Amino acid sequence: MLNDLKKIWHPIASSAEVQKRHVFHAQLLGREYAVWRADDGNVNVWENRCLHRGVRLTIGINEGTELRCQYHGWRYANRTAGCTYIPAHPADAPARTICNNTYPVKEAMGMVWSGEEAFAEPVHFKNFEKYTVLRPIPINGNFNIIREMLSAKYRLLGHTTRDEVNGVLKVILKNGEVILFFVQPQDSNLSVLRGVVNQKYSDSERVLFLRAQNRILQSLRNDIEVLSKKRQIDPMIVQIAQVSSELSKMPQKKDIGRQAVLRVQVAEKKKTAKDIVSIKLVSLRDQLPTFQPGAHIDLHLQNGLIRQYSLVNGPGETNFYNIGVKLDALSTGGSEYLHKDIREGDVLACSVPRNNFPLRRDSLKTIFVAGGIGLTPLLSMAQSLDVMNLNYEFHYFVQNEDHIAFSSILKKLKKTPLVHQGLSPKLTKKKLNEILLYHNNSMNLYVCGPGPMLETTRQVAAELDWPDNSVHFEYFKNSNVIDDSSSFKIELARSALSLKVQSGQSVLEVLRANGLDLPSSCEQGACGTCKVSVVDGAIDHQDVYLNESEKLKGNVMMTCVSRALSKRLILDI
Amino acid sequence: MEISCKDPVILNQWHPVSSLDVLTMDTVENTILLESKISFQLNSKEEVTAWLSLDDEKTLLPTRISYGFIWVSLGNPPKDLFLFPEFSESDRQNVATGVFGVNVSAGRTVENFLDMGHFPYVHSGILGEEPHTEVKEYDVEISEERDEVLATSCKFYQPQAAVNSNEGMDVDYIYRVPHINCALLYKTSPVDDARLDVIIIFVQPMGEEWVRAHTGMCLIDDESTAEQIRQFQQTIFGQDKPILENQYPKQLPLDSRIETPIRADKSAIAYRRWLSQKGLQYGVIPSAI
Repeated sequence: MLNDLKKIWHPIASSAEVQKRHVFHAQLLGREYAVWRADDGNVNVWENRCLHRGVRLTIGINEGTELRCQYHGWRYANRTAGCTYIPAHPADAPARTICNNTYPVKEAMGMVWSGEEAFAEPVHFKNFEKYTVLRPIPINGNFNIIREMLSAKYRLLGHTTRDEVNGVLKVILKNGEVILFFVQPQDSNLSVLRGVVNQKYSDSERVLFLRAQNRILQSLRNDIEVLSKKRQIDPMIVQIAQVSSELSKMPQKKDIGRQAVLRVQVAEKKKTAKDIVSIKLVSLRDQLPTFQPGAHIDLHLQNGLIRQYSLVNGPGETNFYNIGVKLDALSTGGSEYLHKDIREGDVLACSVPRNNFPLRRDSLKTIFVAGGIGLTPLLSMAQSLDVMNLNYEFHYFVQNEDHIAFSSILKKLKKTPLVHQGLSPKLTKKKLNEILLYHNNSMNLYVCGPGPMLETTRQVAAELDWPDNSVHFEYFKNSNVIDDSSSFKIELARSALSLKVQSGQSVLEVLRANGLDLPSSCEQGACGTCKVSVVDGAIDHQDVYLNESEKLKGNVMMTCVSRALSKRLILDI
Repeated sequence: MEISCKDPVILNQWHPVSSLDVLTMDTVENTILLESKISFQLNSKEEVTAWLSLDDEKTLLPTRISYGFIWVSLGNPPKDLFLFPEFSESDRQNVATGVFGVNVSAGRTVENFLDMGHFPYVHSGILGEEPHTEVKEYDVEISEERDEVLATSCKFYQPQAAVNSNEGMDVDYIYRVPHINCALLYKTSPVDDARLDVIIIFVQPMGEEWVRAHTGMCLIDDESTAEQIRQFQQTIFGQDKPILENQYPKQLPLDSRIETPIRADKSAIAYRRWLSQKGLQYGVIPSAI
């Protein structure tokens, strides 16, 4: 019986109970739920327990786009319930798979509906286009007893009652109006009686009607509670929902290979600046996976090319991915294709978002330096700092006004972006010297832009003694010419394999050929996805992802382009 | 006389039931330990006796007085209690800072005491402050020789770390869990940076999901009054209590499939593993294997 009840939709809250910025505590069949509405109107129904240490999410904070746990400040995104930030480890991107348990949700007839294993659509009741929701009545009683006594009560008053599917009771009032009653089984001896009438009244009529029903239901409640005291039933046993086995221990699982697991549709394509289009992608089927600020996706184009684009999305914008594409004069087919051939409605394949450019949120001040289309990841980051009220400066270098992209998002930032237009390389360097002159230990710098500008920024930061680990950068591409002439041996410490890398082959290719599926994305040493730890051997770094001190340390390498200087490398895989 | 708790691991422990400073000589006190009602009495010679309250024969239970507290066992306790040498150092002020009833398991209470990541959120402005939220790498070991969990080289940013300072700084912590329900925290003394203040929590399990947490401090500071020290601890614990009481499940999950640990939880992971190795069943959700 309990299993049948789990499969049907139950009302668990009135729409009016799920107020803006509130987290509503609901219960169904013994399980507790945290129900919260995001500022975009979406209602979330999650298990009432942060997966980290079990603290109820109903004592958490609804920030409008994300729900924040009260205990350790973990942030969970609207819709996906995916964790977007773990403050205890500000330099790490949380595993995309850390996700609270979510349940199906619908909003209809002024109520929020859910069910532990509810499927298909909730039952649709005809002639309820106009409706008024009755005051919910919590009752210390079993739902079966309530149903019986509810029907008897209305019949006694001369109305007609009829049993509908899924235990719904239909009451046809003497004046022809219809009330549907739903008993929400919170637990064996605890229920909420919810009703809705197919009529919308004027204010004064509404008060009279609700009062009249309230009187009936209050007296019913008294009768039920007297009876229920004598007929207590054992409480329901709730199985604690498990976390996946890879989440129950650290380190986290990684995505495998260069796969395009998502099918997305171009919902909107519009010009946002000279030679730059903004493209919004929506999912064809399921909910899009969680992203974090700084994340990128691999877009697999119909012409066979794979390109990386950073997400511009702000926190909680989880029903689309927004990217910006700059038409590259030297396009080899990627940006040109997206600019000229792609139309709204087209379907593309893309990877899940990966974040190799994570944003620390423990800085007293963050400096963003964006050049041209390098704006995109930094814009996502600035929006995240905004919801946390953290301090930052946003510098945007462009050729001229026509090149300012995503101005509607820029205008909404809490700190007005400082736009630097038409500066020559020399003046750009001078400006960067001004921007980076003052710094202290609790500041971080994030840079993204064309190669030469990025080089200059890193150089200026180094000259001004910014510590390497406070300077975070992301290249669009690796413009170094890759020298793959060497040949060497690799030994895999954990897999006990010894392999030979010939000239012309990459470490990544050799690993894949031998059945080791490593995640990768750009495959040119810019994105950091294929990073592995190196136990021993001298690395021939050819990527632009690692900074100088990371390269000197020599304990990680990008397997897509970097090679060995020594005869062999021992990799920690 | 029947004792409802059947877990030998918890029955054979010493359990704290009261600090000495709140007791009146020769007065019978009543409390609950592992769901059994017990009574105890301290006489003028500083000797303590304890018995099951409903036992007509008043068979005496094992008792001891250590570190300012009365300890009772319902089983066969070990001869010695864990070591806490700082308690007897002559220049220290030992203050019992109060007992707090909490509707949660003992394990959850101890684990919260070991946790640094919540400082900026739960003890905001006192033990931590946003955006200084990082839990830096620290070391944890389960010492077989001393049979305790030890976390060292812990650091956390604390606003106003010293009385005379307006600036925040990283404070060093050492955590010891020498008893399944007792933990000690060592923290640089604001008065003498070569020595460590000790903060203790000794948890009395009244039931599987219901405890009394006995707290105390052992300080080098001779300026603060006992009243001020108590006030501080009352504030801190008052902030922890609503979080602890909103944890679900209330019992500590030793089954790894229930929650998601991160690197910052190393000490909690070690604590849970240590409890699993001891075979503890009471107040925990045992490991599935």
